[in-house]
Amino acid sequence: MTGDPRPYAVMAEFADADALRRAAADLAPRRLGRIEAFSPFPVEGLAARLGTRDRKVPAATLIGGIVGAVCGFAMQAATNLDYPLWIGGRPLVAVPAFMLITFELAVLGAVLAGIGTMLIANRLPRFHHPLFEVEAFRRASDDRFFLAVLPGADFDRDAVGKALAALDPEAIYDVPAEPAA
Amino acid sequence: MTARGAEDRVTREIVGIPPHFPARRMWWVLFAVALALLTLFFVSIAWLFGHGPGVWGNNIPVAWGFPISNYIWWLGIGHAGTLISAMLLLLGQQWRNSLNRFAEAMTLFAVVCAGLYPILHLGRPWRFYWMAPYFNTMSIWPQFKSPLTWDFFAVLTYLIVSTLFWYIGIIPDLAAARDRLKKRRWRLFFGLGALGWRGSATHWSRWNQSYRLTAAIAVPLVVSVHSEISLLFAAGPVPGWFSTVFPPYFVVGAAFSGFAVVAMLTVWLRAMLGLHNLVTARHLSMLGCMTLATGMMTAYGYVAEAFFAAYAGGRELQTLLDRFHGPYAWSYWGAVILNFVPIQALWWRRVRQAPVPLFLIGLSAAIGMWLERYMLLMSSLSRDWLESSAGLFHASFWDWGLFAGSIGLFLTLFLLFIRFLPIMSAFEIKEVEGGGG
Repeated sequence: MTGDPRPYAVMAEFADADALRRAAADLAPRRLGRIEAFSPFPVEGLAARLGTRDRKVPAATLIGGIVGAVCGFAMQAATNLDYPLWIGGRPLVAVPAFMLITFELAVLGAVLAGIGTMLIANRLPRFHHPLFEVEAFRRASDDRFFLAVLPGADFDRDAVGKALAALDPEAIYDVPAEPAA
Repeated sequence: MTARGAEDRVTREIVGIPPHFPARRMWWVLFAVALALLTLFFVSIAWLFGHGPGVWGNNIPVAWGFPISNYIWWLGIGHAGTLISAMLLLLGQQWRNSLNRFAEAMTLFAVVCAGLYPILHLGRPWRFYWMAPYFNTMSIWPQFKSPLTWDFFAVLTYLIVSTLFWYIGIIPDLAAARDRLKKRRWRLFFGLGALGWRGSATHWSRWNQSYRLTAAIAVPLVVSVHSEISLLFAAGPVPGWFSTVFPPYFVVGAAFSGFAVVAMLTVWLRAMLGLHNLVTARHLSMLGCMTLATGMMTAYGYVAEAFFAAYAGGRELQTLLDRFHGPYAWSYWGAVILNFVPIQALWWRRVRQAPVPLFLIGLSAAIGMWLERYMLLMSSLSRDWLESSAGLFHASFWDWGLFAGSIGLFLTLFLLFIRFLPIMSAFEIKEVEGGGG
């Protein structure tokens, strides 16, 4: 509870996933700032409740798959037309023979695009982050659950603190905006 | 409060393995053996590069020999890791969480062993990039209508996809290790691997989407990769190969050998690292069931293969009879006996839950499947259409040296993995226990 007027976030710690779920449901509709939750494992429906769920990854996977398939097929058709091998009058663009590589490249495109989008949209890798300055946050990957309120335009530290305290957390932390020197 | 204790215990047990490795002496003994075999691997490759493929038993008509048969064996073993991880994830089988991480690591290392074989088999391995389509001064392209080119794309895709699938699966556990361990070098090591993972709900949501989508794509990928490998055989008009049963026959055989090896690794790791809390009798039993099921499917493949050969008659029938009592009959009957007799004991739960019998049955199936790949390759190639071109294959010292060396490569990589990385999916086990789903 330092006097810093604009922390990176104010964060509450909870002991289990249900408490975090309840807290998120309670806080999400109130206009306190952007809310983010942290848990050691995926908690079903949490992102949807916080309104941060998006469909970038599935969309990228689909597009990547289509691009991969088109490129795969086009590559095979183009190389066969570029250097024609006439074998017993068989078609140069032999669709059944091209399907396997088309499929493999569709898979490759889909997976690379999906995972790449996941990392980019999540802004990873990012090796330093203000949250890592909070010692207790180390348990976010072990057995503790955190709810952070990130200051918006009209940030009221006391209102946020009171709202978090009302959720009966284990502890409340101020996350400093700049890493402590 | 009990749930919290359980979560912390899971993290401690799994993430605590690298810094407080329980069986250091055993690990060093095994690692020394693995390194000795790895040395043999490099010596065999050096000898091969110096003297050419003539150091092997390969010759016309059996030009494929050990490299291709071992290639198929290794790749088949790899497939079970993907199936355990991806298929059982999609089916919501939570018992997979104790097994999927090291099964996927097994996949990666088996694919590495497999992928090196066709390259070494090229004769001029330094020109392996000729398989890739690139603009060159000769203005020629790979033959895209050939299974050999399909192979290049299939295996490369499989290697990349299984590496990424394994890696995004391990990121949250690397973060747990980073946050839990005190020593700076461990924190740096895991911190770099974890990419700064923080476990926010938004991150998890996107992670979940990409993990599940990759899993859903990986299952048909496995089927396509091993089907494609079977086409190396089935697309050629060679007696004993030219059969439509080959793709499914190869895929289930691959899964069978893979589940057998996963069962062996599970029994070994459980005993060596004392993981009895996390790998229970139920896990062993499920692995036994999977091995039995895929084994019986493979048995069906044997029956179908024999039936179609008898139905076709002529040269196909001749090859079948060759397999029964020709020069390679030992490999045929060895495969039949080692693959299908011991697994019958797995019908009994008591056997499935007993570590030592399960390990021995897995070993038997792994050897049996090796014999099967050997038999399929040698018996058909050694005697096809022209009697005058018949000729037997005899493995040389360097064939065996490279094969033993590839096992050394696998063991070295696997031992390094269990020594330095979280070998189980701690966060998914916690998710089940802590009510995340």
